[in-house]
Amino acid sequence: MKRLIIEIKDVYKSYDDLQVLQGLELGIKRGETITILGGSGTGKSVLLRLITGLDKPDRGKIRIEGRDIVPLGEHELFPIRRKMGMLFQGAALFDSLTAGENVAYPIIEHFRFPEEEIEKIVREKLRLVGLEGVEDKMPAELSGGMKKRVALARAIAVDPEIILYDEPTTGLDPINVKRINYLIVELQRILKVTSIVVTHDLDCAYAVTDRLALLHRGKIAMVGTKEEFVSSELKEVRAFIACEVGEEEQRGRG
Amino acid sequence: MRELAYLILQHVRAALIYVGGATRLLFQAVYYGIRPPYQLGLIMKEIEHIGVRSLTVVSVVAIFTGMVLALQTAYALSRFGAKGFIGVVVAISMVREIGPVFTAIMVGGRVGSGITAEIGSMKVTEQIDAIRVMGANPVKKLVVPKLVATVLALPLLTIVADILGILGGLIISIMELRINTYYYFTTILENISLQDVASGVGKAFFFSFIIAIIGCYQGMITRGGTEGVGRSTTTTVVLVCIMILVADFFLTKLFMLL
Repeated sequence: MKRLIIEIKDVYKSYDDLQVLQGLELGIKRGETITILGGSGTGKSVLLRLITGLDKPDRGKIRIEGRDIVPLGEHELFPIRRKMGMLFQGAALFDSLTAGENVAYPIIEHFRFPEEEIEKIVREKLRLVGLEGVEDKMPAELSGGMKKRVALARAIAVDPEIILYDEPTTGLDPINVKRINYLIVELQRILKVTSIVVTHDLDCAYAVTDRLALLHRGKIAMVGTKEEFVSSELKEVRAFIACEVGEEEQRGRG
Repeated sequence: MRELAYLILQHVRAALIYVGGATRLLFQAVYYGIRPPYQLGLIMKEIEHIGVRSLTVVSVVAIFTGMVLALQTAYALSRFGAKGFIGVVVAISMVREIGPVFTAIMVGGRVGSGITAEIGSMKVTEQIDAIRVMGANPVKKLVVPKLVATVLALPLLTIVADILGILGGLIISIMELRINTYYYFTTILENISLQDVASGVGKAFFFSFIIAIIGCYQGMITRGGTEGVGRSTTTTVVLVCIMILVADFFLTKLFMLL
């Protein structure tokens, strides 16, 4: 069995009066791609915020490579965050910087490389996401799909071991959805990273993932391979798949 | 009755949380501000944005305030036949009170709201989170340069406003009151002390913290998309203006004791 790179133990998290996660347990293996599914508002994005240390759980442990990150301060999280890259839902590119400067940002934060070296890495990462020559464009000049890809280049800029995707395909047109799904699979193949994809989009999940986990009422209702997921008799899983298909049909009719 | 008490308590609690959060941000900003590496490039950019671009607004306001001050003072002084003292009255009012307060309110409205809008937009589009995930510190990257720039710029802008206000008063003195330039300045120089100037500039120093910290903190706690950014920006302008006027009273009192 491969060692667990991320281990989430009995995690509780609430915002104001809203209990979001209630005793969530999940182990993520090194080198796998896992999708965390769930309807909106079930706390999928919260889970990513907890893994990156952006928020602290009310209770429970989150171990990354065996080290519990919950008690760590912002400064102590620094070396752990170097191992992570995150693709935010809305890309979260810095508006005041060019695409190239955006990709260079984490490199400058983490390393002291000479300028030519940084430029080389930026070009290389942009090439990986299929965007050569956009270095000098401002984010406002890019389309939604391109922004996502620049953000992805930024997420992989410091060669992270873990890539976190927050709703990578939301709000994109079908072609860009395919492109992003393809990129997630390709990056996985080339970079041999651990990927965690949070989405409510089953197609995306099926397209990119080894394993799926369904988040329901603050816990993981089921975790398993694609085949196990599709053939599962668990009512939460059936309900989620049914809803997704229902939405598909509606879209088809509309 | 009970409900009313509960409601009041809730508001007090919210206010205390706000003050606590803003104070904490202030301490963090000072802490990260004095620790290297210094973000000189970012600070220069902010000084240009906060200081240089406020110059026009501040100048126009200062000149016209100085002129109005001269007109009104002359009206009052003429009753006692003391029109000759117009220079002193304008200068002392300008330097001790109107210069720092009007400048702070103008800059606070312009810069404070701008800071909130910028940081607030970054907050709601997850750019602040992105900074943190990439191993950088948003306080160091965003708050410190804005605070340092405001602290450097506002006292200087205040001095500019003081000078222009006094010149505004001079224009009226010459054109309306037939007081000559030499006399105007002699009375000022003979009667104004370094303490007057220092107390005004001192006020500006404190006001700059109010503007930058409220602007940044309000940005950091922005929630609820673009609408939230709008709300936050309005709150900043109102809060900054109120806080400047409240602080002005206490600072005046304090400086008089010193």
